Amino acid sequence: MLSKRIIPCLDVKDGRVVKGTNFVNLRDAGSAVELAERYYREGADELVFLDITASSDKRKILIELVKDVAKVIQIPFTVGGGITELSDIDMLLKAGADKVSLNTSIVKNPQLINDASKQFGSQAVVAAIDVKKIDDAYKVFIKGGREETELEGYAWCREVDERGAGEILLTSMDKDGTKSGYDLEFLSKLTKMISIPVIASGGAGTKEHFLDAFKNAHVDACLAASLFHYKELEISDLKKYLKENGVEIRLY
Amino acid sequence: MIALIEYGAGNTASVSNALEEIGVDHIISQNEKDISRANKIIFPGVGEASSAVKKLHLLNLFSLLRVIKKPMLGICLGMHILCDRSEEGNVACLGVINGEAKKFDATKVKVPHMGWNNVKIIKESKLFNNIDDKSYFYFAHSYYLPKNDSTIATTEHNLEFCAALEKDNFYGVQFHPEKSGETGLQLLKNFVELC
Repeated sequence: MLSKRIIPCLDVKDGRVVKGTNFVNLRDAGSAVELAERYYREGADELVFLDITASSDKRKILIELVKDVAKVIQIPFTVGGGITELSDIDMLLKAGADKVSLNTSIVKNPQLINDASKQFGSQAVVAAIDVKKIDDAYKVFIKGGREETELEGYAWCREVDERGAGEILLTSMDKDGTKSGYDLEFLSKLTKMISIPVIASGGAGTKEHFLDAFKNAHVDACLAASLFHYKELEISDLKKYLKENGVEIRLY
Repeated sequence: MIALIEYGAGNTASVSNALEEIGVDHIISQNEKDISRANKIIFPGVGEASSAVKKLHLLNLFSLLRVIKKPMLGICLGMHILCDRSEEGNVACLGVINGEAKKFDATKVKVPHMGWNNVKIIKESKLFNNIDDKSYFYFAHSYYLPKNDSTIATTEHNLEFCAALEKDNFYGVQFHPEKSGETGLQLLKNFVELC
């Protein structure tokens, strides 16, 4: 049986891990490479790096980070943040990343999903989608949650699936940083609707939240950040708990 | 010396990092001479089958790999390339293994098959030396190879498919040993030291 995945997410700025609440108020959580290695040792199934470096050297810094990370971990990892071109994807994959996560760029240019999945395979293309509930409808936001779009959440998820994305990384902006649980309402409807794996993001605060997302929303993976960075929850304890509660989990 | 075939779309960096981790000398090359001189060959696979085959023809590697007598390990797409055909881009492959890579049925199961899954060893092979039956390995693929005469291990994702194979000097794994933690490193070590 395919096991459910636990994915620590590292928001990275200039090689350092940062984490805020509702996309703002960033604080430092350590070196990205060191944290990546710690999570690998603790049994993380995969890692996600979202780069928010704003300098003009952004690309160079990110490639160096990917190379350094790839040397210390032997599990898959995804890199995202400001990727707009096929040539960027090519460089990141060649530097050792397994997948790229695309967010704003695919809203502006949806064809990028088709082109990237054709060139690198669907498994390398993660569509990252940030949704927020506004007047009973889920709207898609871009630019790190700063800009609302015309897109409706479910419709956009269906479209990225049809265009060839290999996974959806769904972040609920309403839940992000609140530690009140994943957005089960959106996620459970989404997993019934599309055929590609779904990674839940935003809202994890306790072990039970992960169990709920796997058992009740049928997601394929759960992502969390600060919960792991500040050791509020140990990955190995979480995985043991999930396994004891009947979730298919890889114990390390 | 181990040669890693660089054909453009592969994830040679990851396999190279894994080999460094276990202290194995290797080169990354797409040069016919380098590859025919190597003691062993690894064909890392990420990408799309028909473009990979096209690239092998362009690099003059297609015929060489068909007849080579040195141990060769195909990873993921690299394993599909060992077979007769792939449905992905509907392309004729090396033909050293009987079988055709097919697409998972997305109406029955999540596609791609992405994540960690158990590998059931069904035939003894040096490749799985010191590796427990039903160990977890990392998979990321939309096309699979049906179980065949050369299959040495299987995995289930709606149906039971070929997770690893061995025929003469040819070895193939559907999963990514370079991304499967310590278990994956052990498998690479087995290929390098025992096969």
